[in-house]
Amino acid sequence: MSTPKPRTGRWFFVAFLAAALLIAGVVSFYASGHPDGLEYVAKTTGFVDSAENSAAGSPLADYGVAGVKNARLSVGLAGIIGVLVTLLLAGSLAWLLRRRTGHTPEV
Amino acid sequence: MHVPDGFLDVPTSIATGVIAAVGVGLALRGARKELDERTAPLAGLVAAFVFATQMINFPVGAGTSGHLLAGALAATLVGPWTAVLVITVVLIVQALLFADGGLTALGTNITLMGLVGVGVSWLVIVAVRRLLPKRLSSVPIAAALGALVSVPAAAAAFTGLFAVGGVADIPVGAVLIAMVGWHSLIGIGEAIITGLVVSAVVGTRPDLVYAARPILATTRLEVQQTGVPA
Repeated sequence: MSTPKPRTGRWFFVAFLAAALLIAGVVSFYASGHPDGLEYVAKTTGFVDSAENSAAGSPLADYGVAGVKNARLSVGLAGIIGVLVTLLLAGSLAWLLRRRTGHTPEV
Repeated sequence: MHVPDGFLDVPTSIATGVIAAVGVGLALRGARKELDERTAPLAGLVAAFVFATQMINFPVGAGTSGHLLAGALAATLVGPWTAVLVITVVLIVQALLFADGGLTALGTNITLMGLVGVGVSWLVIVAVRRLLPKRLSSVPIAAALGALVSVPAAAAAFTGLFAVGGVADIPVGAVLIAMVGWHSLIGIGEAIITGLVVSAVVGTRPDLVYAARPILATTRLEVQQTGVPA
């Protein structure tokens, strides 16, 4: 593919990804379990019952891996899968849309 | 602020679906000007980072919590059009894989967090950048203020949709006060986190930060004019 150029600063990208994996894979276990602002307002003002669950059949529904009993592992794995899937999708889209500067040969 | 299925009626959900499709279409066009070989990988990483931070609900008191909407963070780092795409990808992954945000509400969520969240953030960021001194340290402040305003703005936009197509029969005034009130608090949390993350990136790789480009261009010009070697 493309040859590395000077000042690409690969470590920065590695650190950024590591931060995302750490947040989704480890820190997420400690997130607040309280309902978020919208859900809370829906409860207090009385329209929360109109909510319906969709995509609840997904093996990753509600940020857990189906079949993994350990809560810490389940949410951590779900988070890491989410980070990698998001990176792949958004990264590929951005790469397809990028401005071609011409000095990198097309593959 | 992920809207589940059922909060809004079908016509409203279709309407927000159309708005979202048009908005994402424009973003696909606009992002071509923002993305190059250096910033395209950053866009993927910002999306992954946004996904990760949205798993972290921080408490905002009285039994409620909030997480980053990240419109200001993404717009600052990769530009507003790319930010719309970044948030859209995150919302699609969350809805399809994690059952977070309804499938019929996907258009609503893209409209609120993608278009309104990013749009309001970027307007504030550009305005604040114009008012503050042309220094790199102004960028995190502009991003934080964008975050601060964008969260209650998205909450107000939700209430607008609820007024038009809310399924439950609830007084809209009560919903508006509660939504904007709580999301103003969440906005403070979002402003702090956005400011810190943008500071960290501006401190290490200012050349990658989209919102810093005009400032870097000016600084470079001044350096050339005064003849100081870079």
